[in-house]
Amino acid sequence: MMNETSALVILVAAVFTNNILLTNFLGMCSFIACSGQIGTALGLGTAVTFVMTLTTMLNFVIYHFVLVPLGLDHLTYIVFIAVIAAFVQFVEMFVERFSPKLYFALGIFLPLITVNCAILGASLFMIIRNYTFMQSVGFGLGAGLGWAVAIVLMAGLRQKMSYSDVPGPFQGVPIAMIVTGVLAMAFMGFAGMVSIQ
Amino acid sequence: MLENITVSPSPHISRPLSTRRVMIDVIIGLVPAVAAAGYYFRVYALILIPTCVISAVATEWLCNLIRKKPNSLGDFSAVVTGIILALSLPPGLPAWAAVIGSCFSIAIGKMVFGGLGANIFNPAMVGRTFLTACFGMLMTSWMVPATVDSTMPKIALTEAGTKTIVDARTQATPLALSKQAIKSKSEAKVVNEQFEATLTGGIGGCLGETSALALLIGGIYLLIRRTINFHIPLAVLASAFVFAAIAYLIDSNAYMSPLVHLTSGGMLLCVFFIATDPVTAPLTKKGMWIFGIGVGAITMLIRIVGEYPEGIMCAVLLMNAVTPLIDRFCKLVPAGGKPNA
Repeated sequence: MMNETSALVILVAAVFTNNILLTNFLGMCSFIACSGQIGTALGLGTAVTFVMTLTTMLNFVIYHFVLVPLGLDHLTYIVFIAVIAAFVQFVEMFVERFSPKLYFALGIFLPLITVNCAILGASLFMIIRNYTFMQSVGFGLGAGLGWAVAIVLMAGLRQKMSYSDVPGPFQGVPIAMIVTGVLAMAFMGFAGMVSIQ
Repeated sequence: MLENITVSPSPHISRPLSTRRVMIDVIIGLVPAVAAAGYYFRVYALILIPTCVISAVATEWLCNLIRKKPNSLGDFSAVVTGIILALSLPPGLPAWAAVIGSCFSIAIGKMVFGGLGANIFNPAMVGRTFLTACFGMLMTSWMVPATVDSTMPKIALTEAGTKTIVDARTQATPLALSKQAIKSKSEAKVVNEQFEATLTGGIGGCLGETSALALLIGGIYLLIRRTINFHIPLAVLASAFVFAAIAYLIDSNAYMSPLVHLTSGGMLLCVFFIATDPVTAPLTKKGMWIFGIGVGAITMLIRIVGEYPEGIMCAVLLMNAVTPLIDRFCKLVPAGGKPNA
């Protein structure tokens, strides 16, 4: 079923009402691991947004023009993962060649993105929800931005918390999980505002 | 001789201001709202408010006991959290749910972060959001105040006007009615007519949110005592008013008037007692403006476009989460220098 939800609406919905991290809890590992510093979080967020937008587009084309016509859609998962990995490698080489400064700024994060489940998740949601090409672009960009917003907020909070006397058993990851939970509850307020279909 | 003299570096300005004093001021500021809750909801207020306060205080005491930390009950912040949480709950909420909410507020909202001053979200709002997420039905059934007779629009009242033996009657809050008006694109007038009721408090709603006047008196007391700055309340109210006015001007049939928006729901309770929480709000004046405008805008966004009738608790939590970033970008410049990074 194709419908007419505009790409822009889907973009907004993917950032707020259906934030891929705070409502679907995808990409938690790098979210928890790399949210210690605001600068790093911003870098990783940007990289994820970029990769997510482009791999969603790429996977859209591959799924609809290669896999479906050949009747190979049972290979979707493997092909998508391969595409994402190859794309990240390609971006890495490209960035290294043409902008070494950005390459060193991003450091380990570029290869890390390969295994970020939010990226694969975005591509799979696009198939499940039957997006058109423009909708997929909107969704990929929105999901990436939503992820970036969440990790930057988290980094700010964690930097603030670094001065507080958190009880021993809660230091580090547990308190980050609690904060994520409260953030997710706060994002509930956006529910029903725009529909992602 | 010397041990009687306090030796400390400058500045030597002293003001008898302690956490305890601030919290006692907030409690005094809450008295009118508590009194209004007692007047309108009678026995329900009598059950809920002490339940919340006692369980909040007990939780804090237990947490300190477990951590082997000195007792921190003396600063009265747990009492404040308990009262604010109770005032933001629907009157008919069972006491056990209120206990869960208060324990969550204090344990997860505050103590896990290291106690007062380290919490990043407003504890009372954490508890309330948790209750809304867990007990959605309980948290959205509103009771008619004991003093109101049956002239107001009712939802679950069948024998209007007759003295039947009912425990309590439920009624749509102004904001719930406003949601219906938005869906049906009409009848916003019905809500606007309740403006007076939202001022005095003779209307359905959370325990302490119904009487705008009582909250205003408390808020003005806090402003006069300089316990809170005027920046955040003013910014929240102004931005909410502007957004509500835009919606009202677009379609006055579907959207209720901005003044009713300001006096209904948790707006005033939040503006004076929750958003101004010095721990979770930004430190600088510029930051406070940004914070306030954000709270107002998100609240109106949720009220007008979203699924929930009231959005101020989520708005406060979201802006609490943005606070560290706001503080970071609103650093004060020391005289003659750059702010250090």
